[in-house]
Amino acid sequence: MESQPKSPFSAVTEWLTVGLGQILVSVIVPLVAFVVMWQGFIFLRDGDAPQVVTVIIAIIWGVGGVGALYLLANWIIDKLPDTLATNLRPYAFVGPALVILGWFLFIPTIRTLYASFFDATTTNFVGLENYIFAFTDTRMVESFRNNLIWLVVGTGMSVIFGTLVAVLADRSKFEVAAKSLIFLPMAISFVGAGVIWRFIYAYRPPGAEQIGLLNAIVTAFGGQPQAWLTISPWNNLFMVAILVWLQTGYAMVLISAALKGVPEELLEAARIDGANEIRIFFNILVPSIKQTIITVATTIIILTLKIFDIVFVMTNGNFGTEVMASQQYKQMFRFQDFGKGSSVAIVLLIAVIPVMWYNLKQFGKKEAF
Amino acid sequence: MAGGSQKKKKLISSILVNGILAIICIMWTVPTLGLLVSSFRPPSDVNRTGWWAVVRSREETDTPTFTLDNYREVILGRDTTFTRADGTEVRASGDNLGRAFLNSIAVTIPATAIPIFIAACAAYGFAWMKFKGRKVLFVTVVALLVVPLQIALIPILRDYTNLGLTGTWLAIWLAHTGFGLPLATYLLYNYISGLPREILESAFLDGASHFTLFVRLILPLSMPALASFAIFQFLWVWNDLLVALVFIGSRPEVAVLTQRLQEMVGSRGQDWHLLTAGAFITMLLPLLVFFSLQRYFVRGLLAGSIKG
Repeated sequence: MESQPKSPFSAVTEWLTVGLGQILVSVIVPLVAFVVMWQGFIFLRDGDAPQVVTVIIAIIWGVGGVGALYLLANWIIDKLPDTLATNLRPYAFVGPALVILGWFLFIPTIRTLYASFFDATTTNFVGLENYIFAFTDTRMVESFRNNLIWLVVGTGMSVIFGTLVAVLADRSKFEVAAKSLIFLPMAISFVGAGVIWRFIYAYRPPGAEQIGLLNAIVTAFGGQPQAWLTISPWNNLFMVAILVWLQTGYAMVLISAALKGVPEELLEAARIDGANEIRIFFNILVPSIKQTIITVATTIIILTLKIFDIVFVMTNGNFGTEVMASQQYKQMFRFQDFGKGSSVAIVLLIAVIPVMWYNLKQFGKKEAF
Repeated sequence: MAGGSQKKKKLISSILVNGILAIICIMWTVPTLGLLVSSFRPPSDVNRTGWWAVVRSREETDTPTFTLDNYREVILGRDTTFTRADGTEVRASGDNLGRAFLNSIAVTIPATAIPIFIAACAAYGFAWMKFKGRKVLFVTVVALLVVPLQIALIPILRDYTNLGLTGTWLAIWLAHTGFGLPLATYLLYNYISGLPREILESAFLDGASHFTLFVRLILPLSMPALASFAIFQFLWVWNDLLVALVFIGSRPEVAVLTQRLQEMVGSRGQDWHLLTAGAFITMLLPLLVFFSLQRYFVRGLLAGSIKG
């Protein structure tokens, strides 16, 4: 693949004779690159240039820096003897990814597991104490219950609404417009969605004009306004509604694509045989898109297990709405208890693993892109 | 005749289909619509009547129905006074979301470009290069998909504190890169390994090196996959709150939009004219990207671009 093959020995001698100058260059160039990068970092951290300037420099420094590092790595490898270069080059391609993944995911998993057997500051070994906390503490038990509500209701409703819209849109002239509208919330952050829905659930005392849509509807029908987000355990469902609102579009897109793959002749044949649309749906459509529904469901299940932002913005875990991720965040940052926080993170990991594994297995069965 | 009843049946089913669809569409659109309308109403109106009241005649007041003041306030962050529903005068200090908006851009663009480039390199390496440990390393990368980012928060925060990286942009770029890499590598591997072998072989015969091949051939050919993933990574990073909370912390100079909006919910949960305008500002860019690149977005979804 490289130029013509040489013996390793002659390659090395040739490389050495080509010059001390080259070696010098090979040292100086990376050194200069490193100094420039470092100065950029210092400037971005401590500089007080106008914000727009800083932002532009940051983008150039960040994006350009990565490109420069690859160029540099390739350039250095080109300077090496051929056999060595051939052996090293693959690592220039996969190396950065492996280093970052090692630092940010692989090693942290081990470190978190380790910290979960220690006390708040990771100094004294406490055995299983943190795990006993994780499974018996009242807030944690509440979290498990709530995550289960999120999982069952959130996933169920997203899939049901997604399927419903996909099936209906398939038979409608307004398919594109309808799908776009349902799909739109996918672009909105959990925090933004939180604000949108807090506004819907806004509460004013009885007698005052309600500015929250839900209370306005309730009072219009003669009911009493409610502070929806404080009524446990129903407030969990009011927050799950946000997730359903956000994720139905995802379910719809995948299920809709799967529905389009069901051969039209099959449906026609069933219709001629006198099957009504509901029977066609359950006996033909659902079995043919089962695979996709499983993919959608497992993906949303993972999302519900890790749900954090919505709870954090809407109730901050008060009024009986704690979930695993919000508990973990609180243990870490409010109580500074890294042991307990780590044990909750490990519990989260153990809950996610089987679902993700199943999801990947399903995904591996279909062709991507 | 049967034809007539058939026609009637078709009409009824069409009304039913479109009717139910319309109801669901309205349910899905009204929340955003309410936010949008409210963000343009004067403070006194927002806190006095529901947003749907804009269609009622409003002869009783002389203020305009719509105003840009709310946006001016949250973007520029000048101090303002307004009257709450209970009659109290409130002096609000500025929110300065304009600054947070720029910060979000400074965080998001590199945190999108860096992982995609690194992942594309790695995907190419895993797909088309021979080296020791290729299989084991690739399986490990895919296996890391199961690790929720919550696992990494404490250890990485400790590293950042030791290295003095907390609150810097490099810190948050690296974090987003780390958390986005397993999926990016996996998806891009699926795409790049599926490129026809003949193209690569003929390029090698022409004497191209791996690096030029990658830059000149693989990257352009992978554009659809890169674009799809770029949109997703962009939306995740832009919409992320947790990673920003943990790694940017409380430094207001570098705080991003989601952080500022979440703070506003805490500090002024009842000042809906500011909250709605602020929320809409955070949604502006994602919605723009989303609408202009919906095709790639859908393709990415179908390829499995979803991060829990």
